[in-house]
Amino acid sequence: MLVSVYRYNPETDDAPYMQDIHIDIPGGKDIMVLDLLHLLKEKDTSLGYRRSCREGVCGSDGMNMNGKNGLACITPLSAVVVDDKLVIRPLPGLPVIRDVVVDMSQFYKQYEKIKPFLINDTPAPTMERLQSPAERAELDGLYECILCACCTTACPSFWWNPDKFIGPSGLLQAYRFLADSRDTATHERLSELDDPFSVFRCHGIMNCVSVCPKGLNPTKAIGKIRNMLLQQAT
Amino acid sequence: MNELRTLTFDAIVVGGGGAGMRAALQLAQSGLNTACVTKVFPTRSHTVSAQGGITCAIASADPDDDWRWHMYDTVKGSDYIGDQDAIEYMCSVGPQAVFELDHMGLPFSRTETGRIYQRPFGGQSKGPDNPTQAARTCAAADRTGHALLHTLYQANLKAGTTFLNEWFAVDLVKNEDGAVVGCIAICIETGETVYIKAKATVLATGGAGRIFASTTNALINTGDGMGMSLRAGVPAQDMEMWQFHPTGIAGAGTLVTEGCRGEGGYLINKDGERFMERYAPNSKDLAGRDVVARSMILEILGGRGCGPNGDYVYLKLDHLGEEVLLSRLPGICELSKTFAHADPVKEPIPVVPTCHYQMGGVATNIGGQALFPDKDGGHTIIDGLFACGEVACVSVHGANRLGGNSLLDLVVFGRAAGIQIEKQMREGYEAKDASEADIQRAMTRLNRLNGSSEGTAVAEVRKELQATMQLYFGVFRDGESMQKGLKLLGEIREKVENLYLDDKSHAFNTARIEALELQNLMEVAEATAIAAEVRKESRGAHARNDFADRDDENWLCHSVFFPADKTVGKRAVNFAPKTVEPFPPKIRTY
Repeated sequence: MLVSVYRYNPETDDAPYMQDIHIDIPGGKDIMVLDLLHLLKEKDTSLGYRRSCREGVCGSDGMNMNGKNGLACITPLSAVVVDDKLVIRPLPGLPVIRDVVVDMSQFYKQYEKIKPFLINDTPAPTMERLQSPAERAELDGLYECILCACCTTACPSFWWNPDKFIGPSGLLQAYRFLADSRDTATHERLSELDDPFSVFRCHGIMNCVSVCPKGLNPTKAIGKIRNMLLQQAT
Repeated sequence: MNELRTLTFDAIVVGGGGAGMRAALQLAQSGLNTACVTKVFPTRSHTVSAQGGITCAIASADPDDDWRWHMYDTVKGSDYIGDQDAIEYMCSVGPQAVFELDHMGLPFSRTETGRIYQRPFGGQSKGPDNPTQAARTCAAADRTGHALLHTLYQANLKAGTTFLNEWFAVDLVKNEDGAVVGCIAICIETGETVYIKAKATVLATGGAGRIFASTTNALINTGDGMGMSLRAGVPAQDMEMWQFHPTGIAGAGTLVTEGCRGEGGYLINKDGERFMERYAPNSKDLAGRDVVARSMILEILGGRGCGPNGDYVYLKLDHLGEEVLLSRLPGICELSKTFAHADPVKEPIPVVPTCHYQMGGVATNIGGQALFPDKDGGHTIIDGLFACGEVACVSVHGANRLGGNSLLDLVVFGRAAGIQIEKQMREGYEAKDASEADIQRAMTRLNRLNGSSEGTAVAEVRKELQATMQLYFGVFRDGESMQKGLKLLGEIREKVENLYLDDKSHAFNTARIEALELQNLMEVAEATAIAAEVRKESRGAHARNDFADRDDENWLCHSVFFPADKTVGKRAVNFAPKTVEPFPPKIRTY
């Protein structure tokens, strides 16, 4: 098959370029894209990409494969290769450090902005704070986020306003704390989101939903934050 | 020689997984100038892959539960070479550490009364006289590690911890007194090498499961802390003790939580027989991990394995029903579909014992202070060096870790190391500055690699190392084949000492990191192999065909690998808990 990989080494390249490599997959097996990258790296050790858990839970290897963001380690070739060809590019919209490694500072900054930690100023009990199964169920579909940035970097609103629009991942986490029965900072959290950009730049394009490797739905969470903001305003 | 830039902190934590971030949190909250140096962004650490839960007697599932029962299970699980003072500390302090996690926001699953949900895990009882299966493992569905790691990162953000993300620690720097005063580290993004100066250095670098070809471990689990400490001359304890998790997905190696069996799943052979009933009549599929792993291998060797080559067994879950599977084990359903092409709702998962956890490591006391065991069975404290989590051997796991005890180990001893350092700093701990020569000594390895003009390629040697460990030092071992393995390791070491780094660029050079990681793997593999050959008995995870029985007369002790002359000594196990009677060694059955 033909693999076309985005290459850029800031020390030696004036500009990024696509490198075409023909490769035979041993045994013709349906391996994961990450395994394919390992094969390429054995031949050319200078190829740079991040990886860690290789099972879709750490969020290191988000990249763009034939035009769609996803995790290389849980994307089998059969799911992305078209006409025996695969184009691998870094996640779009973030500065490239090297090859498919992007600078995620902006993404993390938006995450930090929403105060991604439980706030509860009442004295903690000597045991856990009680939470009913129904209250806990409110966190399902939210807490599972792995911060891979597949969603945020697939979002045109984030491409346009990466400094002002929190982006789908950050907003999913914002709602994760708004929805937690143990958190008491609802008012403060909403006030900090209440501007024309942080939440309202979401135009419901739903790219985030279609690329999330964990099957989460940031658009739905954003809708809930909008409702809470509207309710707080009235 | 250019002088390196120096970054200065009171304390640094090397590693941003569960143990490292719990230690960093404690230090940041104490107001010390602390940095967490981590080669991956913290939430990419391997703690994220822990699934089933954190074992702790919080008395939710059973209001009468008692941490002493948990202590007994852990001592028994360790096959009696876990240190009982450390186990006592972990099990008794545990509930407080777990409640802290809830207060930080960890999204635990809940019971109808609103308490934390606990599930049964292997090796759990209700005390020495009551083998009834307990349910003591606190869970966030089957994503407990992910929930814990993110919660700790979030708590650190709240506390304002300094993170040096994507910085790779290369080697420890020691001053003229032999105290550890920081480390050499590379900023991966820019390639800049610096000296990070610190009065306290905490190794929280996790395990080294990547010494084996088949492992549940992440690609980053390369034993960097062990490599650094062994090169600095620090002995390593119980390195022959490696846990093979019964249920890694055949072929892929990805973990399938013991929680599956806790929720009622069981293993079957090709005849559909629930074979664990034969090997562990009482606990069956929830016997100790070492016991279950060996039973599976015996089934496979006995020709009762499943699949075209008969080289795995099945984990059956479909009888639990779709609702239980999707609510309690959603992550497993996902992983199984992705890596085994099997939907657990309808069909069993093909599984094999897979290298999972390093019980040995840097010997420490309860406060995480690294110990230097001597050849006479005594020890001294190494000033400035601490360890916690999988890299440490405190030792709460002994010869076999119980499921759910690793996450508890992380938070309890990460916290304890932080408390100990805070105390020492308040008492005015000082260390002499490292000289330029001290710093250059720690640069030796990196300089050699950066100057390499020929040698072997990393990927090739790594495969060779992993295959050798897998073949000669796996679930069952024997003297003759280990001798063969040791000889091969000697040849591999020569290649590892002469690796060729063909890409010498600076920006995000992962080739350089992989070469340094391979050298760390080599140190761990060698310590493992030598210690395994020397321990002439079978205990916990260390099972020898040529010495099939436990030998308490000669081996009811820790092994200590001395890197200076590559010999192995012995160190006494602690049988002196402070508040309870010690648990004497008994025959271990489940």
